[in-house]
Amino acid sequence: MAAITITNVSKTYPGASAPSITDINLTIADGEFIVLVGPSGCGKSTLLRMVAGLEDITAGEVKIGDRVVNKVDPADRDIAMVFQNYALYPHMSVRENMAYGLKNRKTPKAEIEARVAEAARMLELGPYLDRKPRALSGGQRQRVAMGRAVVRQPAAFLFDEPLSNLDAKLRVSMRGEIRRLQKRLATTSLYVTHDQLEAMTLADRLVVLNAGRIEQVGAPLEIYHRPATTFVASFIGSPAMNLLDAEVDGNRLRIGGHVIETGRAVPAHGAVTLGIRAEDLHISATGLPFKVDFVEELGAQRLVHGSIDGQALVLSLDPKTPLQYEMCLSVISDKLHLFDTISGKRLEQAHTIPTLTPVLA
Amino acid sequence: MMNRIRPLDHLILILGTLFMVMPVVVAMMTSTHTAVEIHTGGLQLLPGNDGYETYHTVLTRQGGFTGQVTGARMVMNSLILGLGFAAGKIVLSMAAAYALVYFRFRFATLMFWVIFTTLLLPLEVRIMPSYQVMSQLGLLNSYTGLILPLLASATGTFYFRQFFKSIPDELLEAARIDGAGPVKFFIDVILPLSKTMMAAIFIIMFVYGWNQYLWPMLMTTDERFFTLMRGIKQILQVWVGSQIPDYNEAFALAVLALLPPVLVVVVFQRWFIKGLTESDK
Repeated sequence: MAAITITNVSKTYPGASAPSITDINLTIADGEFIVLVGPSGCGKSTLLRMVAGLEDITAGEVKIGDRVVNKVDPADRDIAMVFQNYALYPHMSVRENMAYGLKNRKTPKAEIEARVAEAARMLELGPYLDRKPRALSGGQRQRVAMGRAVVRQPAAFLFDEPLSNLDAKLRVSMRGEIRRLQKRLATTSLYVTHDQLEAMTLADRLVVLNAGRIEQVGAPLEIYHRPATTFVASFIGSPAMNLLDAEVDGNRLRIGGHVIETGRAVPAHGAVTLGIRAEDLHISATGLPFKVDFVEELGAQRLVHGSIDGQALVLSLDPKTPLQYEMCLSVISDKLHLFDTISGKRLEQAHTIPTLTPVLA
Repeated sequence: MMNRIRPLDHLILILGTLFMVMPVVVAMMTSTHTAVEIHTGGLQLLPGNDGYETYHTVLTRQGGFTGQVTGARMVMNSLILGLGFAAGKIVLSMAAAYALVYFRFRFATLMFWVIFTTLLLPLEVRIMPSYQVMSQLGLLNSYTGLILPLLASATGTFYFRQFFKSIPDELLEAARIDGAGPVKFFIDVILPLSKTMMAAIFIIMFVYGWNQYLWPMLMTTDERFFTLMRGIKQILQVWVGSQIPDYNEAFALAVLALLPPVLVVVVFQRWFIKGLTESDK
C-alpha cells in the first residue's frame, strides 16, 4: 500500500518535436482508485507506463510511497500491471502464470501456493489452475492477468485498458469485479481507459487528459456536473454535452435568433459556448424551437437528435413523451454551462451545484 | 464446388506422387541387386536377392585407400556434421536474433542488414577464404573445422528475428515487472515459445549439413572424416580396367543417406505442426 505522487512529469519521445506529456502533477492517495481517461494519443498510457517504469521519464519525478522511482527497475517498484492483451505467458499454466513473479522473487514455495490459491478463490479460477491460457475465454484470461497482479500484493495496481478486448456484456461484469476487488484489497490503483463510462463507474477520482495535459481532476459526478472545459464536457457523459454558440447580453443568452433568461449575472460578455446536457432539456409550451432530425431508441430513454437554428442538439426524453416534428424546449438556468469560446474554459466558477455522493461510495 | 474431389484430381495426385517417389523406389530396389545385374540389366524395379549382403558390406567393409573407413563410420560422420550444424546454427542464430530484437544498441539495424545481406552469398563464394582460415588454425581434418566455419547463419538469424518480433512486447513488459532479467526472460519465455521455430530450423539445417559435399571434400583429406556424400562419389570413381563400379553399393549408400533426413523430418514435423496448430499468442 502506498500513495503515488507525480510531480511535474513530462515525456518527450526521442526524435519527437513536441512532448507527449507535459507537466503532469497528480497525487494519488493510498488505496485510491484513479482512472486516467482521454482519447487515443492523449498520453494516458504513456503516463501509466512511466509509473510502471516501462518508459523513461524525461522530466519530473514519480514517487511510490516515499521512494523516488524514476531510475528504479520495474521489478523493484512494487507495482503490478494488467495489460490490455492480458500478456499471459502462453506456455505456462494459469498457476505458473500467477506464480512466476513470486518465484522470481524467491518467495517460499508454501507461500506462493497459498497466495495463488487465495487469488484463484477470489477470482473463481480454481477449476482452471492447470489449464493453459489458450484454453480459457477472454474474461477468464483477464481474470488470470488480474490474479497475477493480486498474488504479488503490490503497493499499486496499474491497469492499461484491461477491458478493451472483451465484449460489451463481459466488460460490464468485469468492471464490477475489478471494482469489488479493489475495494476489498484497498490497493492504490491507476487505471487507463478511453471509455468514459468505464471511467465514470470505476473511479474514486477521474483524471481527464487531452493532448498530454490534465484537463480536469475530480470525482466522477463533479466532473459530470461541472466540466472545467468544453473538452471535458464533450468527452464525459453519453450522449456528449450539447455545445452551442451563444451570445451573452447581460442576463440573457442569445442563441441564433432566440433568447433565454439566465436568471443570474453572467461573468462574460459577447460570444460564449453554451453547454447543456441532453437530459436537462425539457419540452415546454414556449422556448427554443427545436426541429427533430432522427431518433435513437435506447429503451429506458430516447435520444432525439435535431437542431436549433441549424445548431445540432441532442435531447434525452422519456420514451412515453409524445414527439412532434417541431417542438419548443426549455432548460433550467441552473443547468446552463458557459465556456469561453477561445480557451474552452468554464466561465462561471462561483455558481455551485450540489455534489451528489452515491450512498455506497 | 471447391470441395468435391473428382477422379481427375486423384489421377493428378497419383501421378505427382509417382513422379516424386519412383526415383527413391528405383534406388532402393536397385540396391538389392548385384553390381553385375545392374550393369547388364540397368535400373531395377523389383527387389533382388542381395539386399542384406550389400548393406552389410557397405556398412562394415573397411574401404578407401587406407582401408579404415566403413559405411557406418561415414554415416556417423554425416550425423555429426548434420547435428552439429543444426544445433550450432540454432544456438548462434537465436543468440544473435535475441540481441538484435531485445537489446537497444547502436548500429543494431545496420548490423541486421549486414547479416541479412550475407544471405545473398552462398557458401561457395567464401569457401576459399574459409579454407585458408581453417588451415592456418590447424583445423583441417577435424570436426571443429568441418562444422565451425559454417555455423553463422543469416537464414536462421533472420527467421528467429522475425519470430521474436511477432512475440507481443507486453510479454516482455510483463516479465520485466515479474522480475525476470534478460537471461531469465530468454530461458523462461523465449525458449519455450520458440520450440516450433527451433524444430523448423533444425529440419532445414540438419538436411543442409547432412547434404554438404563441397566443404567436407575440401576440409578433409583424412578418410576417417569422410561423410556419406563423399563415400558415394568414392565408389563410383573406381573405373579401373574392366572393373565394374559397385553400383549396388553406391545405391545402398544413397539409400542410407536418405534415411536420417527422412527420420528427422518425420519426427520434427509432428512437433512442428502440433506447435503451429496449438499455439496462439
